[in-house]
Amino acid sequence: MCHAVPAIVVEVLDGDMARVDLGGAKKTVSTALVGTVETGDYLLVHVGYALGRVDPAEAEATVAALEEIGAGT
Amino acid sequence: MKYVDDFRDARLARAIADEMRREVREDRSYRLMEFCGGHTHAIFRYGVTDLLPPQVRMIHGPGCPVCVLPVGRLDMAIRLAKEEGVTLCTYGDMLRVPGSRKQSLLKARAEGADIRMVASTMDALELARENPEKEVVFFAIGFETTTPPTAVALKQAEAMGLRNFSVFCNHVLTPAAISNILEAPEIRAMEAVEIDGFLGPAHVSVVIGAQPYEYFAEEFAKPVVIAGFEPLDVMQSILMLIRQINDGRAEVENQYTRAVTRAGNETAKAMVAEVFELARAFEWRGLGEVPYSAFRIRDRFAPWDAERKFTIEQRRAAENKACDCPKILRGAAVPTDCKLFGNQCTPQTPLGSCMVSDEGACAAYYKYGRRRAAARPANLEAAE
Repeated sequence: MCHAVPAIVVEVLDGDMARVDLGGAKKTVSTALVGTVETGDYLLVHVGYALGRVDPAEAEATVAALEEIGAGT
Repeated sequence: MKYVDDFRDARLARAIADEMRREVREDRSYRLMEFCGGHTHAIFRYGVTDLLPPQVRMIHGPGCPVCVLPVGRLDMAIRLAKEEGVTLCTYGDMLRVPGSRKQSLLKARAEGADIRMVASTMDALELARENPEKEVVFFAIGFETTTPPTAVALKQAEAMGLRNFSVFCNHVLTPAAISNILEAPEIRAMEAVEIDGFLGPAHVSVVIGAQPYEYFAEEFAKPVVIAGFEPLDVMQSILMLIRQINDGRAEVENQYTRAVTRAGNETAKAMVAEVFELARAFEWRGLGEVPYSAFRIRDRFAPWDAERKFTIEQRRAAENKACDCPKILRGAAVPTDCKLFGNQCTPQTPLGSCMVSDEGACAAYYKYGRRRAAARPANLEAAE
């Protein structure tokens, strides 16, 4: 019920809507809750709405921290 | 899938598990509650429990909207759906939940009620627009993730002057429920639920931010780590909790920095505040009446509030006494403690709400628990 999915914006549409790609599947979602979006932005999509964004730099930092734990063992 | 696969690497999961084993103290236990049903599901689906040191015990919390909705509210929705001219829309999970007298929305539909499963509030609005002769009621449930989409729908209904659309509001709040679990020492003493730390919800926190948890960390001296939903997110967050507990710290830490900020989603929060206000109390399955734990629709949107539009009062509902859901939701029992579990109560024939939703602890135990006896999978890719 509270599980959103990361999706990339492939087309910005009128009326606070966007076409997104969810790992291959395309879907039209509302962006009314996240403000202006651009093609290439990663959004977290749930029940037809983007609820938030994925910050690529922060994602990389988390992956790097995980890799560090992996390298230490 | 980007931002998903990176966080499912089995090698790294084992490395984190090794690190946990090095850092846990032999002389203590780590009782950690994952509040959110999404985490319960992830923990079982990816076999996270099998990787944890024996000192670490995960306690499943009440963060499953379908599970915590009291039977009385579901009964109201069933009665609403049977009203002449009403089309009731809801998210799929609700359809099979057992109400009083063996009723459910699915049964009501078989008996002729117009009940539709929708994937979004936008679909419900569309139904109302296309069917002006029908009264379309959206049976709204969920935590802070599904509340903003309901707020958008109510604002759109107002803007469009769509008078045949209304919302039966059952949106509940995460921080209030965590407080309730922490503030009921008599229940905890009686049922021996001690909690050393919390895994904070992922996508609820995308909306509300990390800030609301600071209160628990301070007031109750319990560490909170906001965790993403992928298995490595969960593993890393558990390691962060172990470290906080070892150091005697009680802070709010954010593992899920790629999506959660301290303030959360300001646009969504503002929209929710415009449409909803706090209800003085709301009944939760398992927790009872919890003060200021749910939203009600503001007066400005009264014409779209199903509870004001239709006369439906909440009646006392009969719970199945043999069902241990209420105790399981407080973390005071595990599904296998329940006599009905796996016997009369299965995902095909659920008697309690915790067996219906994927996020319910019983459904997770039933679906994945039995696999755990088998050999450990070579990687963390879902067992499906």
